[in-house]
Amino acid sequence: MNLRVRLFARARDLAGTSEAELDLDTGATVNDLLTELVARYPDLEGLRSTLMVAVNNNYARAETIVPENSEVACFPPVSGG
Amino acid sequence: MNVRLTENEIDYHAITESVRSPRAGAVVLFLGTVREFTAEKQTTALDYDAYPEMAIAKMQELVAEAAQKWPVIESVIEHRVGHLELGDVCVAVAVSSPHRLDAFEAGQFLIDELKIRVPIWKKENWIDGESEWVHPGSETQLSPNTEH
Repeated sequence: MNLRVRLFARARDLAGTSEAELDLDTGATVNDLLTELVARYPDLEGLRSTLMVAVNNNYARAETIVPENSEVACFPPVSGG
Repeated sequence: MNVRLTENEIDYHAITESVRSPRAGAVVLFLGTVREFTAEKQTTALDYDAYPEMAIAKMQELVAEAAQKWPVIESVIEHRVGHLELGDVCVAVAVSSPHRLDAFEAGQFLIDELKIRVPIWKKENWIDGESEWVHPGSETQLSPNTEH
């Protein structure tokens, strides 16, 4: 499945884009998504262990299966306020 | 809507007024403002970025949780995004409740959890011309991203 992943803050700067297009197998997990994302944008490797993934506006665990047609975003720890 | 992102100055007087009620005996307002010094490092300005849809959803979740935990009458969270100068207000949290302890506790909960859950990021612009995204717990804090 084709998936668009929105990137923010330092993840966006390192990848050089605000949106990554990934091709994932059906049944792929959040962890698989991160692996694919870092393979596509190697500059994200240093951030990998801290990257968070949101699926449909909620934080998702590494083992969560990414549903088709979901809204996905990936970003480092937040620092609002 | 009682949670907002804005690119404009935060009108904290209007926000405070919006939570006032004859049922309230207490109104608490928290303002986060742009600080010049973090340890010895000197900031000249901050840039805030947000994932707007999720930030709004998470702030709404916080407001709903606060209303379950405390007898909140009204609560508002407004966060600014974009470029902010020293002393500018970056976030306002206002809460009203019948008694002060609940208003203080609910207000503290809202700002503490905002800093953990709501996808907003700040970039420090240091006086030496370097800039650096703030990502708590990330090793990148040790190797700042330099952008001139």
